[in-house]
Amino acid sequence: MKKGHLIGIGIIAVAIVIIMTSIGDASSYESFNTALEMKKDGNDKPIHVVGQLKKDVAGEVTGLNVRDDKTSFTFVLVDNDGTEQEVFYNEPVPADFTRSESVVVIGQYKADDIFIADKILMKCPSKYQETDVQAAGM
Amino acid sequence: MINTFIGNFGHMMTIVAFVTALVTAYAYIQYFRANELEKPSWRRFSRISFYIHGVSATLIAISLFEIIYNHRYEYFYAYSHSSKALPVHYMISSFWEGQEGAFILWIFWNVVLGAILINTNKFWEGPVMVVFALVQAFLVSMILGVVIGDLKIGSSPFILLRDATQAPIFQMNPDFVPEDGTGLNPLLQNIWMVIHPPTLFLGYASTLVPFAFLMGGLVMKRYSEWIRPALPWAIFSAMILGMGIIMGAYWAYVTLNFGGYWNWDPVENAVYVPWLILVAAIHTMITFKKSATALKTSIVLVILSFILVLYATFLTRSGILGDASVHSFTDLGLSGQLLIYLLFFALVAVVLSVRAWKNIPTSEKEASVYSREFWVFIGATTLGLMAFQVILPTSIPAWNAIVESFGGISNMAPPADQVEFYTKFQLWFAIALALLTAVGQFFWWQKMDKQTLKDTLVTPYIASVLLSAGIIVFTKVYDWKYIIVVLASTFTIVANSVILAKILKKSTFKLAGGSLAHIGLGMMLIGIMFSSGYSDVISINMSGLTYSNSWEDELNKEHVLLWINKPTQMKDYTVTYRGRQKKVVGVPEYVPAKILETTGLVNKSVALEDYKDYFQKGDTVNLVLEENDYFKIDYYKNEVLQFSLNPMSQFNAGMGGLISSPDSKIYFDKDLYTYVAAMNDYEDPDWKEAETYEVAPGEQFHVADFVTYFDGAEVLEELDGYVLQEGDVAVKAKLRILDYDVEKLLEPTFIIRNNQIGKIPVVDSELGIKVSLENILPEDNKFVFKVNQYQKDYVVMKAIVKPYINVLWVGTIIMLTGFSVAIFRRFDEFKKMRDKGLE
Repeated sequence: MKKGHLIGIGIIAVAIVIIMTSIGDASSYESFNTALEMKKDGNDKPIHVVGQLKKDVAGEVTGLNVRDDKTSFTFVLVDNDGTEQEVFYNEPVPADFTRSESVVVIGQYKADDIFIADKILMKCPSKYQETDVQAAGM
Repeated sequence: MINTFIGNFGHMMTIVAFVTALVTAYAYIQYFRANELEKPSWRRFSRISFYIHGVSATLIAISLFEIIYNHRYEYFYAYSHSSKALPVHYMISSFWEGQEGAFILWIFWNVVLGAILINTNKFWEGPVMVVFALVQAFLVSMILGVVIGDLKIGSSPFILLRDATQAPIFQMNPDFVPEDGTGLNPLLQNIWMVIHPPTLFLGYASTLVPFAFLMGGLVMKRYSEWIRPALPWAIFSAMILGMGIIMGAYWAYVTLNFGGYWNWDPVENAVYVPWLILVAAIHTMITFKKSATALKTSIVLVILSFILVLYATFLTRSGILGDASVHSFTDLGLSGQLLIYLLFFALVAVVLSVRAWKNIPTSEKEASVYSREFWVFIGATTLGLMAFQVILPTSIPAWNAIVESFGGISNMAPPADQVEFYTKFQLWFAIALALLTAVGQFFWWQKMDKQTLKDTLVTPYIASVLLSAGIIVFTKVYDWKYIIVVLASTFTIVANSVILAKILKKSTFKLAGGSLAHIGLGMMLIGIMFSSGYSDVISINMSGLTYSNSWEDELNKEHVLLWINKPTQMKDYTVTYRGRQKKVVGVPEYVPAKILETTGLVNKSVALEDYKDYFQKGDTVNLVLEENDYFKIDYYKNEVLQFSLNPMSQFNAGMGGLISSPDSKIYFDKDLYTYVAAMNDYEDPDWKEAETYEVAPGEQFHVADFVTYFDGAEVLEELDGYVLQEGDVAVKAKLRILDYDVEKLLEPTFIIRNNQIGKIPVVDSELGIKVSLENILPEDNKFVFKVNQYQKDYVVMKAIVKPYINVLWVGTIIMLTGFSVAIFRRFDEFKKMRDKGLE
């Protein structure tokens, strides 16, 4: 066998390893229900859940509970299926958290009743909102 | 009054630039095809057309800047990207905050590069400029803003606010102009954001040059000659792109608060990948010049680097990343256009290469293990695999979009822990690269066989093992992976230093580019390994709280809550938060915010007290961006103040929230990095129920938890802001409140006029109390105080020690120097050949 072939096989082997790990390590978008099932099946791989903060009738965010040392907090996230879930985040409340339109939590269930977010991504309302222009004009 | 002239002018220039780009492309094609007699006139025409294009492109940029600079908020772009409070250098950042501005920047750089190419090339002008003009046509179309039926081509930066939004105010008054813009994203208000985008876009733009030469080579059937003029540009491009990436990383380090300089975010990955491929391309191109191999590989890599830059633009600006990135780019509806742009050039490049493929010279000879070609090829392969490993998961959102466009469902998400995921691979690739650069350089400069290889490598090998042993013991690197990183990096530094010394002794500095760049690489690896691998959060688990649930006890709390003035132990330091500060024009230090009162005018405040020699009580001072608060954090060791850090945060209502930037204490061997993650909002305090105290002068009592001395009262003759009339009585009580090592004087006032009582309470937002003098009881010799409490000011902070991060920055500078040396050498070679009339 020629050296060139060996190198070629080597490259293909590394490429396959890369593809397999990329698929294997890729996370997935889940709902809280499927995430809980995964946890019960013993699969504790971190997953993504997309949802919105729970709001009361007046549109205010409810269920936000900051710990005494202000370095962590819990909140209630409603996923796209409408399931409510208390989520714990081990960081101070991000500045524009309550204003966010949708929230992606990345993490897993630790106990059956609480979802632990390792990371939070927030989609904030576009800053070019009509109301903003109006407010600026008042 | 709405000024529509400048917008119409800018829009007209955009159309002129678009048309002239197409004309230039057509004219250069004619020039290329024309016979010798007609060539000069076609060339003159093409050049004039390109220069008109250049002038109109420049005028687009000037028009847009005029709109921002003169605060023309009737324009959507100025309204949404700038504000009156911005200093001029940040107006420049406003210019490219929006995607349209970024495209203008890109267009502008292409014009500059095109003009340089016209004036430095004789032979290649025609085909190269055809590619340039076509690229320009695509880029200008992104900002064209023309609507034909349902088809919208490009997003113009010159649209008026009333056309961009449906705000009701415009129905009442179409000529309404907002008072102020919504401002520039505070994160971009940083000096690095003024220079990072132009650098990065010059890098983007310059990948076009080697690609254009390659296309020219393929069309003219000069399959190998294109390398010589393309090479200096490829190195230039890699250097500028690399510099842009590093500037971005440095900006992230000093402005963002994720605690580092690289986060493997899709936006970062999207520029890292073309850079890797470009570096691989440079290596194979240099090899080709030396030994006529690797031509096909070079062609593939040059095409890939150009297409990957377009792919990066597509990923980051089409909105396809959506949830996957913390960088939010709004979708301007350009994704289709970007995709056509990408596919057009990909298709042209593939067709031209396939057509020429069998005519491209190759060397049939198998490269020996002792040849430099072999080692360079392995190095280029490693770089290619590195790029592949990053681009694959980064493209997951694009993959989902493809599956969904065919009606399928794909719920794949990027890896949850991106840093860990990418590091797992990139670490080993980087080690392989370090070893390859060390060995490869020896093969490069001398003929090798088994024996000479042993002889030359043994000394650097022993030297680097000894050096690594020293580093490992001295800095306590005990992780086996990191030990290998240290070994590989020192090996490349030592080996390349040996080569560098030999080159300098034997010939000129001009040849030293390669070894310098590789030394830089070794240093960067060491710097990255220490600053990331051994980054140490020192503000960890200090709350002392235990939690009812077991899972919470296992988590590390990486932040610390600091109440104002209360010393808190943090590893070797005692830290104390001392309050908020502002930056004042003409004052070299931060000024406590409590002695400044806002006037309601932009960036203007009134001083409530004298401050050193800089200003006096009552002066109006100019603030540098009034929204910025700098939180003073004092670091003590053994009760001696070591230094203060001033991490920044900005409350920007228009942008929706708070944004904070870190501050670092920079030592020779480490950085101490501090940022504020949360803070007290005392603008609108939620006062608790009042408590009243009856105290006699000279007495000591407790207000809330503070030890307080009532030092007595005095009758006032005059009172700020009040005209005292005959018969008025004004009394000021003097309260001294102790808060740890700080003593505060609060002086509530009490006025009697015509049997009416007036009270002027004092609010101390730092202590979170409001004190008023309610009554005076002369018969008991007692004063009645009413106290409302909110909460003391506080910050939640994180502090991280990053060892040897300076090694990374120094390594970067050395690498960039190496690139620069190589550019000069290769351009020199090209010039010599050109002036001989050979090319």
